[in-house]
Amino acid sequence: MRQYDLTRIPLIKRTLRSRWPQLVMTAIALSGFVLAILAGLAGTPVGSRNFGTIIVWIAWWAVLMLLAVPLFGRGWCSICPIPAPGDWLQRGAVLTPRGRGLGLGRRWPRTIRNMWVQNAVFALLVLFSLVILTQPLVSALVLLTVFLAATVTSLIFERRSFCRYLCPVGGFIGLYSQLAPVELRVKDKAVCARHRPKTCYTGSAAGYGCPWQVYPGALEKNTYCGLCLECVRTCPHDNIALNWRRFGADLLQPRGRRLDEAFKAFIMLGSAIVYAAVMLGPWSTLKSAAYAVGSGTWLTYGLAFLTFVFVVLPATFFLAVYTGRLLARSRVPMRRAFIHFTYALLPLGLAAWIAFSLAFVFTNLSYVWPVLSDPMGWGWNLLGTAGRSWTPYLTSVVPLLQVGVLLGGLIWASVTARRIAEENGPHGLAARQALPVMTFCLVVTLGLLELLVG
Amino acid sequence: MNAERAARMLVVAVGLGVPLAVLLPRWPGLNSASSRTIEIHARMADDGGWIPRELTAVVGEPLQLHLASDDVMHGFAVGHMDLAPVDVKPGEVTRMTITFHRPGKYVFYCTRWCGLNHWRMRGTIEVGGTAATADDEPTEPLYMSLGLDLDAPHSAEVIPERAPSATHAATLGASLPHRYLTQGYYRTHSPSETWRSLRAEPVTLRLTDMEVWDLAASVWQSNTSRQIVELGNRLYATNCAACHGEAGAGDGVMAAVLASDAPTEFGHGLRSPADFTERERMLGANPALLQGKVIRGGMGTGMPNWGPILTDSQTWAVVDFLWTFQFVERDSAMRQPTQ
Repeated sequence: MRQYDLTRIPLIKRTLRSRWPQLVMTAIALSGFVLAILAGLAGTPVGSRNFGTIIVWIAWWAVLMLLAVPLFGRGWCSICPIPAPGDWLQRGAVLTPRGRGLGLGRRWPRTIRNMWVQNAVFALLVLFSLVILTQPLVSALVLLTVFLAATVTSLIFERRSFCRYLCPVGGFIGLYSQLAPVELRVKDKAVCARHRPKTCYTGSAAGYGCPWQVYPGALEKNTYCGLCLECVRTCPHDNIALNWRRFGADLLQPRGRRLDEAFKAFIMLGSAIVYAAVMLGPWSTLKSAAYAVGSGTWLTYGLAFLTFVFVVLPATFFLAVYTGRLLARSRVPMRRAFIHFTYALLPLGLAAWIAFSLAFVFTNLSYVWPVLSDPMGWGWNLLGTAGRSWTPYLTSVVPLLQVGVLLGGLIWASVTARRIAEENGPHGLAARQALPVMTFCLVVTLGLLELLVG
Repeated sequence: MNAERAARMLVVAVGLGVPLAVLLPRWPGLNSASSRTIEIHARMADDGGWIPRELTAVVGEPLQLHLASDDVMHGFAVGHMDLAPVDVKPGEVTRMTITFHRPGKYVFYCTRWCGLNHWRMRGTIEVGGTAATADDEPTEPLYMSLGLDLDAPHSAEVIPERAPSATHAATLGASLPHRYLTQGYYRTHSPSETWRSLRAEPVTLRLTDMEVWDLAASVWQSNTSRQIVELGNRLYATNCAACHGEAGAGDGVMAAVLASDAPTEFGHGLRSPADFTERERMLGANPALLQGKVIRGGMGTGMPNWGPILTDSQTWAVVDFLWTFQFVERDSAMRQPTQ
């Protein structure tokens, strides 16, 4: 069995169709988001004692990178509190589908209907990330800015244009959601073809047209499906399935591979390497440079980072793909080969982020308990956990897990490279074509092992 | 109930209500319980110092303080109070209660070397009410009653070839006239002046100039004690050594920055800290002058004023200790290593 439709289970189906569970989770997430911003603005400026920095960048990050993205893809997007108020204003309702609320409903500009803006915003955030992660006030201002941007975007543009085209987090979640074992797809495309009103895209009394501007009938990858479940509610033919499938099924779907997504893969892989070096590496000067925002050393660091992710990594990978083409005497256009093979980097990139997050999260997770009792760092002890001291968790297990994850990512990336090569040529030549890409993945993995495990 | 209305209530109650319900009842100043306790945040002087820096209290009413550092480790103490300093650590809340017995303006200050301008981390507590016990009339500092000009040059006209030794003076068998041994004389005369007077005394006719310098050192030693010098040593190590250096040579860890011409938040022209090992300058100063410099500070040179912090006896202990940088006893009998 290649996949199983979870909506076959009546309880799951009822839960997915109801708007309440999603709303309750969004409200809880909104509660934490508001508290994080207030704590950042008014609480202690000591990052390790502030609810805002600890809950967002350690607890939320742990849930996102170690559970949500690998297992549920865009599951977080379905309950994300950031676009919710904008959504509610746009819809004029929190729960029940109604007529239009506020907003101009304009279409997102055609020239930037891609990931490039998300790529740029994410790279920009990485440049400032050490300050954002450690200074509660800066952290809160960034969260507030993202929230305002989401709300304003909802009031100007149609649907969830912010999530689709702007959100710096949504970009990489979407990319890596291709690896997740969950997908929302139509059960029978013929049913969709016969259904003229296309209520899944246009909306109906039962729900809104796809907020992510995706036509579910043509959905072949998870990248831009926000798992908002509106189509589950609006499809009059019960033709939407939520499938439990094998990991990474989207990787082998040749259609829809794009250059903006390819560069997102480089940015993510490069950022994981740079973060591992800056945050966990032994080079204090590197960390100081990343922290000294605005200084000459920071500019050098920023330039080096941008060069690494936008030039060095892609150029090296380009060379690997080019070599593979020569070895296999392939006639596939170079641009196409480059883009397609980049998708082999997705398992490697996700593995790198999981490995990095394992060390980062388990080293700092114990900071969560004091801030739950004393969110502002003002000496409260609401839950009796304010006095718990910092203790790294699973110190002996984490390196083993990191090795396992990185090697698993390498194998997965290599297999994917081989399968992508097979799309374009016979079996024997595919191995030759994939070999340089596999070597690239091996070198990156060895580098990450050195940085993370030593 | 209408589902949409219920959903809106849920969003408001959970999304906004929960965070506000957690925060508002405890927000400083919004309820009577917290208003009796003052939250004080410590930041390095360049980033704001103590926040708030002006407090009020009433004689006999306990003042509860919650102290937290927003950056590095600081310390908290109140001048002219018999109160042990407490550490103020980043992100942790240190609680302390102070009860004042006399009205007046007290100065609280940082006791940890937190940065270049550490000593500028000060605040005031205005204490109102009536003294619980009969108040001693505050006395005017000696340097003021003598009308000393603290900024006038005070170089010694003659200086010894080596460090004077009170220990050696004891072996000379010379009996000093009583007036030299009084506190009044000691505190109002520089060693140089003492030497000049002693040189003219008949009892020193057979002594060399250096031996007379040793007698001048014995004037200091007879007017202090090991306990006083030890107290002065501790106070010096805590408050002065970072600039003036552990050995008093004006080469503390902060000295290089103070000596630079680089502009600081507090202006140009900070001078190098005084070198207490410099004979010409030190032997020309009398204890009252040193007392004045400690109390008043350097007025723009970077030397803080310690008057609001050190008590009278603490100030004299520091002054007594400073002579250990001139007289050889500092390495033997009088000076003990600080903790």
